[in-house]
Amino acid sequence: MIKLENISKTYASTRALDSINLTILPHKTTVVIGPSGCGKSTLIRLIIGLIKPDKGNVYVKDEMLTPINLFTIRRRMGYVIQDGGLFPHLTAKENVSLMAKYLGWDNDRIGKRIVELCELTKFPVDALDRYPVQISGGQRQRVSLMRALILDPDTLLLDEPLGALDPLIRFELQNDLKEVFHTLGKTVVMVTHDIGEAGYFGDSIVLIRDGHIVQQGTLMDFVRTPTDPFVTSFINAQRSPLESLGE
Amino acid sequence: MTCRLISYCRGIACYAPTCSLSMVLFGTGLILALLFIANTTAGPPVTEVKVGSKAFTESVILGEIVAQLARTQEPNVKHLKGLGGTRVLWSALLKGEIDIYPEYTGTITQEILADRDIRDEQTLKKVLAEKNIQMSRPLRFNNTYAIGMREDVAERHGITKISDLRKHPKLRFGFTNEFMNRGDGWPSLRRPYNLPQTNVRGLDHDLAYRGLESGSIDVIDLYSTDAEIRYYKLRVLDDDLHHFPEYNAVLLYRLDLMEHAPDVLKTILKLEGRIPEKTMIDMNAEVKLDGIPESVVASEFLQKNLSITTEPKEETFLTRLVHNTLQHLFLVAISLAAAIFISIPLGILSHRKEKIGQAILGIVGIIQTIPSLAILVFMIPLLGIGSAPAIVALFLYSLLPIVRNTYTGLQDIPVGIRESAEALGLPSGARLRLVELPMASRSILAGIKTSAVINVGTATLGALIGAGGYGQPILTGIRLDDVGLILEGAIPAAVLALLVQGLFDLLELVVVPKGLRLKSD
Repeated sequence: MIKLENISKTYASTRALDSINLTILPHKTTVVIGPSGCGKSTLIRLIIGLIKPDKGNVYVKDEMLTPINLFTIRRRMGYVIQDGGLFPHLTAKENVSLMAKYLGWDNDRIGKRIVELCELTKFPVDALDRYPVQISGGQRQRVSLMRALILDPDTLLLDEPLGALDPLIRFELQNDLKEVFHTLGKTVVMVTHDIGEAGYFGDSIVLIRDGHIVQQGTLMDFVRTPTDPFVTSFINAQRSPLESLGE
Repeated sequence: MTCRLISYCRGIACYAPTCSLSMVLFGTGLILALLFIANTTAGPPVTEVKVGSKAFTESVILGEIVAQLARTQEPNVKHLKGLGGTRVLWSALLKGEIDIYPEYTGTITQEILADRDIRDEQTLKKVLAEKNIQMSRPLRFNNTYAIGMREDVAERHGITKISDLRKHPKLRFGFTNEFMNRGDGWPSLRRPYNLPQTNVRGLDHDLAYRGLESGSIDVIDLYSTDAEIRYYKLRVLDDDLHHFPEYNAVLLYRLDLMEHAPDVLKTILKLEGRIPEKTMIDMNAEVKLDGIPESVVASEFLQKNLSITTEPKEETFLTRLVHNTLQHLFLVAISLAAAIFISIPLGILSHRKEKIGQAILGIVGIIQTIPSLAILVFMIPLLGIGSAPAIVALFLYSLLPIVRNTYTGLQDIPVGIRESAEALGLPSGARLRLVELPMASRSILAGIKTSAVINVGTATLGALIGAGGYGQPILTGIRLDDVGLILEGAIPAAVLALLVQGLFDLLELVVVPKGLRLKSD
């Protein structure tokens, strides 16, 4: 369980997050959604300690995040960003195995784990020796996911993992990702700005606007019992053209 | 005199940054350089006599004469030829890096000891003795400023003395720009002699000779032992009111030379009073105009005037080339290695700690703006002359490109990639080693390449303080106006720069990871 307690974070003069209290349930997928610049990326980067809150604390399994336990806690989390964040000087395989190697895993163990992960993420084993520039954007996200999963973490943090992909690949990867989440049953926090994606993945959706949580619940709650007119207008703004055809 | 110009670097050397960080920098370089040098030179021999000379022909000839004389008593004599000027030689003498060198009384009183009020020889000797330096009696010739005319023009007008010029107001004067402005130059010459001429212009010394020859000017300033006096058949006018200060040639030597090599000193001092003006002009002309090597001219002088037979030592082209190449490579390799060793950590530090980084980048930037001659002179009191100060200077000049490129290379890593490494749970050191440095490798290597090429070029200045290298033939070539000699240094230096660049291009294939060299489709 991850808990954010009374978190505030200000950049220069803009307040990214203002007194946020949020509990993320284990083994569920929580999707953080909101317009761009609302502070949703800040939230996920706070959880993995890439930035420090000005006020408030982050708890991971009741352990408060401090500079001392940061490295161990990070190793129990996997982090995937929009364009993958792969290290361009390393092959796909080297990217995936970097952390395991650093921790002294032997080659056998690493090899086995990578084969498992390839199967899970549907990444072709024969492309493992390619460099990031040599594979497609979708494949890069699969490698990034493998890298995040290599140590079998409890939690997966994904910051707009599908944001940079074209629609067909995005659709394919959405399905595969959902399957991975389902198979592994991990705690997942995912940031997106797409309400459809949020509904597809999220057991729980958190809508953020101007550094405040507007509503937390399922997509159904958002549609049926919006707590604020903004919730409705945010959903309507992203309604698919196909839906209106059906009406 | 060319050597007088060198004093300008005294002022500039004060620019050297004094803050503690730069001292750390400086100190590290210093230690490194010293360590390497200690390894390459054996312990001091029992007796060694080191003769110095300045980077102009007359001084080199005198130095060669002194060195050859010394060799008749002591085989272990070194002549550090053509060092960078008065300051360099004086500091080297004080420090015991050289034992003896030719100087001029005017330069000693007006320049070296300009801050002391020295009216007579007695006081001068006393002041020098305080510094454990002794001055020989004059060698006889006086190389001061003089006023010259073409022999035939002077004859026609019946002019032999400067005061004779008063009667010929129509004469056209062409003086060097320096002479136009100097305290003892034209403004103060005109007053006592009451010279009426109004057609006076400033121009380059070499052009002045040509103007004189073609008849477009009639009177020029010159140094009284210039080789050109003979070549252009000039009449040097008598300074009958004794306006110009005396620049009597003397030898300055360390007091301890008397103790550790008394016979050598006694032999050298045989030169006192033995070199009249005409002889010096002839020797200058033989070297500058006839292209005879200084060592041969010196040897002939000793044979003719002191009946001492010496053997002039001249290296062949090939041994010279090999010798210069080795010296040059030595300077470049050590200074560059030290610079790489220090600069990469400094670049990393600059990247990690923003405030310290600004200071570091500022300081290495400032170091780059200090004129190289100033750094060399600044270094002499600490390190003497030879390769040590040259290596430290080159080291300092090599810092900026590597520090800056390391910093930029790290700074340019995209945030997403930097944070991905952090999010994996890699500690700072591992991130640097596994991700950041490999990603910055191309930029760092480019910085090293720039440094290496600058270093190869700048190392030619090492010759100014006796470090040798390709600068040696270049400096001599400039002094003797000998293009062949200049090319003998300039071409190998250029080739070396290209080779170094090629070497680093190859190194790039090894150092820069393959993934960074690939182009995306």
